[in-house]
Amino acid sequence: MNTLTRTADTPAAAPTRPEAALLPPVDVIEDATGITLYADLPGVPRDKLNLRVEGDQLTLEGEIELAVTQGMESTHAEVTLPRYRRAFTLSKELDATQVSAELSQGVLRVRIPKAAHAQPRRIEVRVA
Amino acid sequence: MYRSLFPRDLFAELDRLQRDMSGVFDYSPAIRGLGRGGYPGLNVGSTPTGIEVFAFAPGVEPASVEVHLDRGVLTIAGERKAATPAASDEKTTLHLNERFAGRFRRVVSMPDDIDPATVQAEFRDGVLRVSAQRKAAAQPRRIDVQ
Repeated sequence: MNTLTRTADTPAAAPTRPEAALLPPVDVIEDATGITLYADLPGVPRDKLNLRVEGDQLTLEGEIELAVTQGMESTHAEVTLPRYRRAFTLSKELDATQVSAELSQGVLRVRIPKAAHAQPRRIEVRVA
Repeated sequence: MYRSLFPRDLFAELDRLQRDMSGVFDYSPAIRGLGRGGYPGLNVGSTPTGIEVFAFAPGVEPASVEVHLDRGVLTIAGERKAATPAASDEKTTLHLNERFAGRFRRVVSMPDDIDPATVQAEFRDGVLRVSAQRKAAAQPRRIDVQ
């Protein structure tokens, strides 16, 4: 009984939940040397884009910045939240230290190369 | 034809549900729809002096987008090329393919008091912003009391 009231009194103890975000559509293409990811992040300027790798998780996050006139009243909205977020789990053969990214016209392109040991190799067959 | 703007989005699911429901009930939306979903996503806002339309069109060449205003109807049309490789390419694998590709066209009815001469369009970070001013006669005015 006592513990029940205590938990009800301390809502701050709950872990902070990340703010609601839109799930951007992505294309993921794999070739022999790595993976290329394209994500649609319209309205996100370069300085509001946060791309990070923590352990085996790749997270992309971006805040939308629009030149909205002061006092504007929204009459119709399809993009309903001001941020995007999406996370992917990377597999072991990908080299997370070599991730490169570019943002152009609202499209983020991320290139994750495969680690050297995972690159395709042609094995020579020797005739005995 | 239209792919959901945000896959696995609750709103997209609700939208699908609404479409299914509209078949059951005799539901008659506006003739130009202005429905949710599709590419580009549209946000529309108004101020006492004007109206602003934001079209979320990432990955489109700004020069290739056609913006027309004809009799109070704003049309945004263009084409987005696919980033994905051709199906004939055997060396690549497409794991996820959620982004829109192809021709698009979206239409917005503008209010009657818009002055067509003031329409401006600019592209930034994949967002097309079309703004128009209301006619001077329709602007809110403060009337001095003599």
